[in-house]
Amino acid sequence: MAAYPRKTEATGLLGWVDERFPIVQTWKDHMSEYYAPKNFNVWYYFGVLAMLVLVIQIVSGIFLTMHYKPDTGMAFASVEYIMRDVPGGWFIRYMHSTGASAFFIVIYFHMFRGLMYGSYKGKRELVWLIGMALYLALMAEAFMGYLLPWGQMSFWGAQVIINLFNTIPVIGEGLSLFIRGDFVISDPTLNRLFAFHVAAVPLILVALVFVHIVALHTVGSNNPDGVEIKALKNEKGIPLDGIPFHPYYTVHDIPAIVVFLMAFFAVIFFMPEVGGYFLEHANFEPANPLKTPEHIAPVWYFTPFYTVLRAVTLSPFMGTLAMFGAIIMLFVLPWLDRNPIKSWRYRNTVHMLNLAIFAAVFIILGYLGVKAVTPEYKEMGVRMTEIYFLFFAVIFIHSKTDLSRYVIGFIVLAGAVVAIDFWRYNPDDAISGAQIMKQWVWPIGYLALTLLLPLVMKSCNAEKAVPERVTS
Amino acid sequence: MSNSIRKWIFVLIVPLVVIGVIGSAGGSAGHGVALQSANVNLSDKASLQRGAKYYANYCMGCHSLKFSRYNRMAEDIGLNASNGFTDDQVTTFLKENLIFTRDENGKQVKTGSLMTTAYSAKAAEKAFGTSVPDLSLVGRSRGSDWIYSYLKSFYLDDSRPMGVNNTVFKDVGMPHVLAGLQGYQTLVHHEDKDGHHVAPTLTMSKPGTLSAAEYDVVVHDLTNFLAYVSEPAQLSRKMYGILTLLFLLVFFGFAYALSKEYWKDIH
Ligand code: HEC
Ligand code: HEM
Repeated sequence: MAAYPRKTEATGLLGWVDERFPIVQTWKDHMSEYYAPKNFNVWYYFGVLAMLVLVIQIVSGIFLTMHYKPDTGMAFASVEYIMRDVPGGWFIRYMHSTGASAFFIVIYFHMFRGLMYGSYKGKRELVWLIGMALYLALMAEAFMGYLLPWGQMSFWGAQVIINLFNTIPVIGEGLSLFIRGDFVISDPTLNRLFAFHVAAVPLILVALVFVHIVALHTVGSNNPDGVEIKALKNEKGIPLDGIPFHPYYTVHDIPAIVVFLMAFFAVIFFMPEVGGYFLEHANFEPANPLKTPEHIAPVWYFTPFYTVLRAVTLSPFMGTLAMFGAIIMLFVLPWLDRNPIKSWRYRNTVHMLNLAIFAAVFIILGYLGVKAVTPEYKEMGVRMTEIYFLFFAVIFIHSKTDLSRYVIGFIVLAGAVVAIDFWRYNPDDAISGAQIMKQWVWPIGYLALTLLLPLVMKSCNAEKAVPERVTS
Repeated sequence: MSNSIRKWIFVLIVPLVVIGVIGSAGGSAGHGVALQSANVNLSDKASLQRGAKYYANYCMGCHSLKFSRYNRMAEDIGLNASNGFTDDQVTTFLKENLIFTRDENGKQVKTGSLMTTAYSAKAAEKAFGTSVPDLSLVGRSRGSDWIYSYLKSFYLDDSRPMGVNNTVFKDVGMPHVLAGLQGYQTLVHHEDKDGHHVAPTLTMSKPGTLSAAEYDVVVHDLTNFLAYVSEPAQLSRKMYGILTLLFLLVFFGFAYALSKEYWKDIH
């Protein structure tokens, strides 16, 4: 039991507070006596940048809410009112629209850092899972926010997404009706998404960021070497490779934040639409439920998953499942990658290839999602979707480096790809048949590279000893 | 392999795979006609002012600019105190040249009003078989090059209710309101040596009062004006941008030096 009244060394106002709230201890636990590895590199800036963008979104969002009208008759005009008549309104709006895209750029780097350094391992599974929950909440937040300006893409993009729920057997119809609050996307839909966007989801985001950090500080940060710094401590119990977060990382983060802000403000002031990717051209036209746009493309950060959705044409429900499956795979990643080495630095070269190709495939999926479908692009979408899912199987196989495991893995996975091709092949459809015959090389080549290369090049399979101490 | 080599392989593979895979496809078929460049220049106030006048004379009858206000627009296009105009002069100018709409009592609307039109949606529907769109944001939804090309691409077509069609906007519902200036063009089809159709071109069949070059200037002015209307903040935001970036650059210097100073003793 703690002493009553609480003992404190602090005096004055701080002492007064500290008797009533553990402010000194909290500061120590998370800042001045939180020992972070001294070898963080640029990839470790993205967490703090994500927090910064969250703050930007909340603050700019509050000001937007002061002028925005969640009413289908007034929403579009109220946004233009903000852009033209509210002093500084355009700045606030561009902060918010650019912030949305910046959030995803930052988060994608943040997540990829986790993949590279195996940051979901070593008791950090929960940090990763909370992160994934944050990612889901962020996607929900962005989707709902996009409906609010009530432009053509707001309306038709929401139409596509909400119709996904329709595809769920039995409960689908009822569920999408429940989400819309009407039989079509209309005023009640706009009102409820507004409520979620400005109140419910931001609260969830803030709460999740809090637990994300508490969980991280409980286990301690990973680092580019994947070395557990808490394994070696000095006589005071301080990790040999640890340095106090404050002041070292606080001062270290400031220049990075400034660089980020330079890019951020360059976008806001010089190219707020970013060629139609941050603000889509068609969204400058008010929503018109009677006029379907010829080309519906979601905002860029959703396009990888949109491609997965379009690639699986078996049935609409299967497409929806594949799309959500693509996200769910990331949740289970900590249990697929069983290799005890964390950082790619000490893993074998095929693992490094696997990560690099995964990043590339994610970008290609995103690119395909903004393009109109041609037979060539359609097949490419299918092939990239295959690689996306194969990645998780390969990372599982790479948990152990024995060659027989690789060969068996290759036979099973390549067999699955070929079987799907046979089953997809339709002799009456010469065009897509030709594409199947051409583009099989992508997944098979990927499997050969990541699983068979070590057979011919032994060095690709060599893992290195993880050092005891972090390097530079 | 040393880690620094592996790092570079890693960094290079990502763009190489992306470009390689995407490049392997022939790309999406380019559809739609090629657009001509509008060369928008918002610092050309004389052009903006001419554009506003043309807009009021030729377009405002049908197309509102309902998110824009007369007085703000006048101020932005250079009819302001810093150019030697008094408030009274601007008001008179607006009332005589630009404001044609009246309120429910038949009085000319105030200069602070939104630039709406008297044309009701219903009447438009009846006259043109389609709604007449508001053009406040056409500079952003369609883009300046599109507007510029569109206004130059009307041609005679008897099969259309208005007697004209448009190569940029197929089966358009809008009449060629600038025909008096430009004249009428006709569509000429071409075939190459093998008898394949190639892109048709437009030739002048009934000249208007302006030469082709003079007409281009009119269309450029109109496009310039619509580009301004679509985002008035464009006039100032770049300047704020430069100031902000300069400030951040200086700030970066200090922040970096501070960080270096602290990190001196970490090895
Ligand atoms: C007689 C009425 C009328 C006048 C005057 C008129 N327009 Fe139009 N305009 C229309 C109609 C009707 C449409 C819709 C055409 C359609 O949807 O088929 C249209 C469409 C347009 C569009 C395409 C908008 C879009 O995004 O689809 C532009 C740009 C345009 N007009 C510019 C102008 C300009 C510039 C002027 C003045 C030089 C002008 N219009 C004068 C009736 C008019
Ligand atoms: C609103 C979104 C998020 C915020 C504000 C946020 C914030 C942070 C911060 C400040 C850190 C510590 C600094 C750092 O290591 O970069 C961190 C670490 C971490 N985050 Fe996030 N994060 C977010 C989303 C995510 C997501 C989507 C994931 C992955 C699914 C994730 C996974 C991790 C992991 C694994 C770590 C530990 C990294 C390590 O120690 O190597 N986070 N996060």
